[in-house]
Amino acid sequence: MLGLLETGSGFWSAIIWVIVVLVIGGIVYYIRNKGEKSYKKNTEQDKPFISGNPELSKEGSHISASHIFWGFTEALKDYYAPLVKTHTGNINDYASWIVILMVIILIIVGVNG
Amino acid sequence: MNLLNHTPILIIAIPLLAAFLLPVIGRINKKTTGIFTTFVLSISLILTILLTVKILSVGPQVYVFGAKSPALTLPSGLKFPIRIMFQIDAMSIFMGLITAVISFVGAIYSLTFMEQHSGLDKYYSLLLLLTVGIFGIEFTGDMFNFFVFLEIASIAAVALISFRGVNLGEPVEAGFKYMVVSSIAALIVLFAVGIFYGKYDLLNFAALASVIKYSQLDKIALGLLVPVLAMKAGAVPMHMWTPDAYSEAPAPITIILVSASQASLYALFRVTFSLYNITLNTLSVGWIIIILGLLSMFIGVTMAIIQKDIKRLIAYNAISQTGYMLLGVGVGLAVLANPVALSKYGITAMEGGIFHIINHAMYEGLLFLTAGALFFRTGTRDLDKMGGLAHSMKYTTIFFIIGAAAISGLPPFNGFASKLLIYESVYRFNPLLSIIAMLVSILTLASFVKVFHSAFLGPKLPKFKEVREVPRSMVWAMVVLSCITIFFGLFPDLIVKNLVHPAVMALIEQFKYTGTVLGGI
Repeated sequence: MLGLLETGSGFWSAIIWVIVVLVIGGIVYYIRNKGEKSYKKNTEQDKPFISGNPELSKEGSHISASHIFWGFTEALKDYYAPLVKTHTGNINDYASWIVILMVIILIIVGVNG
Repeated sequence: MNLLNHTPILIIAIPLLAAFLLPVIGRINKKTTGIFTTFVLSISLILTILLTVKILSVGPQVYVFGAKSPALTLPSGLKFPIRIMFQIDAMSIFMGLITAVISFVGAIYSLTFMEQHSGLDKYYSLLLLLTVGIFGIEFTGDMFNFFVFLEIASIAAVALISFRGVNLGEPVEAGFKYMVVSSIAALIVLFAVGIFYGKYDLLNFAALASVIKYSQLDKIALGLLVPVLAMKAGAVPMHMWTPDAYSEAPAPITIILVSASQASLYALFRVTFSLYNITLNTLSVGWIIIILGLLSMFIGVTMAIIQKDIKRLIAYNAISQTGYMLLGVGVGLAVLANPVALSKYGITAMEGGIFHIINHAMYEGLLFLTAGALFFRTGTRDLDKMGGLAHSMKYTTIFFIIGAAAISGLPPFNGFASKLLIYESVYRFNPLLSIIAMLVSILTLASFVKVFHSAFLGPKLPKFKEVREVPRSMVWAMVVLSCITIFFGLFPDLIVKNLVHPAVMALIEQFKYTGTVLGGI
């Protein structure tokens, strides 16, 4: 069958996957259309509920890249601090890493064969 | 004279000749330099496709320089080849095909992307020389010739990375760093070549492979070649030049640099499989490559998550994706001397790793081109300064979604197919490796969600009121890579069966590699 990839433990067919997604998507769309019909566009219903606080301007509410995954990086700061420190941008360090790895590989190859 | 017999050399000779012709054309009409380059690279692409068909149907091709016949590898009375030759098997042409497509797309994209820059004749000359260097690395069957092409590619790349001008500090600094690491790599490769020549009086890959003993000197040569080729491929912990070079080079050059890195990866696989094969301790060297792969995958992606420069973020992801290739092929190498394990999962792991090379070239290229499109219109690579660009750059947004989904291994795109092959086969070698690979995919998706949210989503920002979609040639370049990404995702079996599997077998079956040159097959 065209598109059927044998993986050694099973198979994968993107064509079947696309067909399944389209069928499920159709069912979801059908259920959605059966839902609440009292929604009216461009009315109060469109406004976000933020506990009565004034709504921020749209431009001011955009979350920039620096703030995304802040919690993730904060939780892993013990991992990130030394990692970022090794990325010095200094070409001497780049060369040092090559030498260090070469020595390690030469030892492994020399000892283990 | 049948010109088709000379296809291997024409693929390289035509762009090489054109590179030296371009300054003359530039004197007559500067605007035609880009069109001429695109035309030349389209010829190279067509010839590469023709050669692919020939190799996959007839078998490996040899092209001997200066011989009476291009196929005459052993003149009468000689046991070993003495002439420089190209030796192109299914693995070499697989890589050549990637280079041909990527350089052609890069030239199309450059037509408008580089329009405002001066010195375009030099830019296109260097682009062609870089392509020639990469083709040469992939096609050559000679150790010293490999060093020469490595140098051609590196020198052209240094100039292209710095091309945006001496007035800007960063491109020049990135170019300088690339020059230093490339020089170190070239010198060490030359030293290893010297070891082989001193010991065996040979420079031909196949001839060397037939006599290599894995003595102490051979071990030293291996210990020199593995780290420097891994470094040129961007493997952690020698990856630090990659974000510098990839981010500062113009976007169309960055995608060709990805292809150049993959050529070094190819050289690493060629050395370990075709040159040493089972003479070396496959398990320990296989694990070295696996560990390099793991480090690249994990450190690459975790560094990507914290980046704010879009091209640096994609560059760190490129390092991470190289890890998948090292992992898949490393597992194949680790079980190379074990025929049962090799047939059960080793070949599939290698198929995953090699398939990931072509997939990576396509979606990574697409992502770098979308980053280039954003830079072209907004003038910044800083994600903190972007937002709401999906309102005005709809095509670019769609291309970005395709590239981001593919690199994150989401079905039905090509990244999923190659990663699935890697997950399932590597799991049978060591489940932990497979679990780490899946975790890295999740983190990859997280890093691209960050880019998508900060650059494309949100309200239209007043400062980008005038921003509109990029010009047509840039869109078409992205269309080509998007179509390949989708096609490879929908019909992975076609690619694995016709391109990837023959490439993997070309690496594994060393006797065929040596037999093509020395006879016996």
